[in-house]
Amino acid sequence: MNIHRNAILEVEALERHFDVSAPWLNRLIERKPRRTLRAVDGVDFDIQRGQTLALVGESGCGKSTIAKLVTGLHPPSGGSIRFHGDRDRMQMIFQDPFASLNPRWRVGRIIAEPLRTLRPDTPAAQVMARVDELLRIVGLTPSDGLKFPHEFSGGQRQRISIARALAGEPEFLVCDEPTSALDVSVQAQVLNLMKRLQKQMGLTYLFISHDLSVVRHMADVIAVMYLGRIVEIQPAADLFANPLHPYTRLLLDTIPDLEAPKRDRTPMGGEVPSPVSPPTGCSFHPRCPLAIARCATERPQRQPDVHNRRVACFAAHSDRS
Amino acid sequence: MSDIVLDVKNLRVEFPTRKGVLTAVNDISLQIRRGEILGMVGESGAGKSMTGMAILGLLEPPGRIAAGSIHLSGDRIDDLDDRAMQPVRGQRIGAIFQDPLTSLNPLFRVGDQLVETICLHTNLTKTQARERAKDLMREVGIPAVEERIDSYPHQFSGGMRQRIVIALALCAEPELIVADEPTTALDVSIQAQITALLKRLCRERGTAVMLVTHDMGVIAETADRVAVMYAGRLVEVGTVDEIVRRPKHPYTTGLMGSIPSLRKDVEELQMIPGSMPRLNDIPDGCAFNPRCTQAGARCRRDVPSIGAGPTGVACWLAQEGACA
Repeated sequence: MNIHRNAILEVEALERHFDVSAPWLNRLIERKPRRTLRAVDGVDFDIQRGQTLALVGESGCGKSTIAKLVTGLHPPSGGSIRFHGDRDRMQMIFQDPFASLNPRWRVGRIIAEPLRTLRPDTPAAQVMARVDELLRIVGLTPSDGLKFPHEFSGGQRQRISIARALAGEPEFLVCDEPTSALDVSVQAQVLNLMKRLQKQMGLTYLFISHDLSVVRHMADVIAVMYLGRIVEIQPAADLFANPLHPYTRLLLDTIPDLEAPKRDRTPMGGEVPSPVSPPTGCSFHPRCPLAIARCATERPQRQPDVHNRRVACFAAHSDRS
Repeated sequence: MSDIVLDVKNLRVEFPTRKGVLTAVNDISLQIRRGEILGMVGESGAGKSMTGMAILGLLEPPGRIAAGSIHLSGDRIDDLDDRAMQPVRGQRIGAIFQDPLTSLNPLFRVGDQLVETICLHTNLTKTQARERAKDLMREVGIPAVEERIDSYPHQFSGGMRQRIVIALALCAEPELIVADEPTTALDVSIQAQITALLKRLCRERGTAVMLVTHDMGVIAETADRVAVMYAGRLVEVGTVDEIVRRPKHPYTTGLMGSIPSLRKDVEELQMIPGSMPRLNDIPDGCAFNPRCTQAGARCRRDVPSIGAGPTGVACWLAQEGACA
């Protein structure tokens, strides 16, 4: 198929399970069974070169686990991840700009670290010049390289994280909630910077966020996750104009809209079930207003259709047929 | 009886440090009426939580109220000592904080925590208090109350825990609730449930609510009026519609513009250059002037005042159309 030709990352039937059983002695004495948490439970997507794929979902839906699987911080339990690029040119930006920078290192050393690790024979003068350049690219000044992370605000620290990620000239960046710890006016600065860099350097982003308005602004394609599965994947504009899965619809209806605040909306009932014992069939069926008998027993599969939008829902499929 | 529940006049909160006195809250005046939800917004460090803490009498030393007054339904509460403040806090002012896990004692069953609080603030017996605890849990929407009342906090989900915290705040039927980022730790679908609950309680009981949050979306959905803080001062107060649709202060305008839209496609988000000044480094005149694109000579010289009305804006440009 044409759309696969330019993919930089292809993920197929990806699974990651965590063993959350009680200690073996308890299992022996209290006859407790082994328990597995299916953090990522059969996920497939691909990302086109130069585009942004966003994963959205509520906490515990497995989006950060996917980030760790893609970057190789966790080995997958099943399925495959194929990266059509240079492994060294994949970098990550983390959520907390306070925890992700070494407080004892000067900023210049932090930014130079990927260079020193990936290309150890770069001459020192060249490393210094590159650090200065990177600082300028992210909107700081070369003299900032001599300071320590605590001398910077949250937004500036996130700029440092971005400069560090850019040091190894990456082509693919995994961004796990890069602006969630920032205030909105600072968030706008960082998002604009990330978009500008993407255009200038042709970067590809896997962008993880729980904030749908941020995701709409950043993403070309959005994948909505619920309990370890992707329930719907669509181009960003289509997802907002025509959400197919009942969960996506409820989510879009629940988030406050500044342009049209619904003062007396009825919030989505219930809570996300525990991923250790997810409901049978479609895991969303206990909260779904459209659920039919089939949803409780059978797990819906996503089916590629002509528009490259896919949704895992019986009701959505019968809607259109 | 007047229906003004909270009346804060010219409040000033200071932190004496080795490097000098930091003013975290500077000359803030606001009122909240019965059944009204006032949203306090601003970036981290703007002083919005500090204002809430000052009202609750929970400022951490060396922080202190240096000037101004706080009246609760006509009674002055800012000059009370700890002993006298204790019955006010809890009985007349309820508090809801961000993290429901740290506001509950992990070693006690939630029912016992509710009963303890109810007994402390009312004359009910233990048995009566337990019945009242069940009623409260039902009111905040906890299912299967008979079983859940004897559970420990860790056995509840985040949303359910925050409901327990709200039930605790409601125990003594307070006149005012100070809710500091009550939904920030929660997922959007749960967040909507909690704000709907707060709104319903406020409407049914006529409780005044001070809702402190950095989330404009939550404010737009919940609040009646909004107070915007910047670097310790109020920069704009208005109805939620005015603030969201027709902000007057350049900071509020920038803040609203920097929130990504759910409807429109924009290539670049509007942004406010720079960041909020630190407390020890607040510029002369209007604190926003170094980041303001329209600032004039007067903005760098004189501090604009917000006035005493229920709405207002602290900006020379918006007030007089000129800032020369």
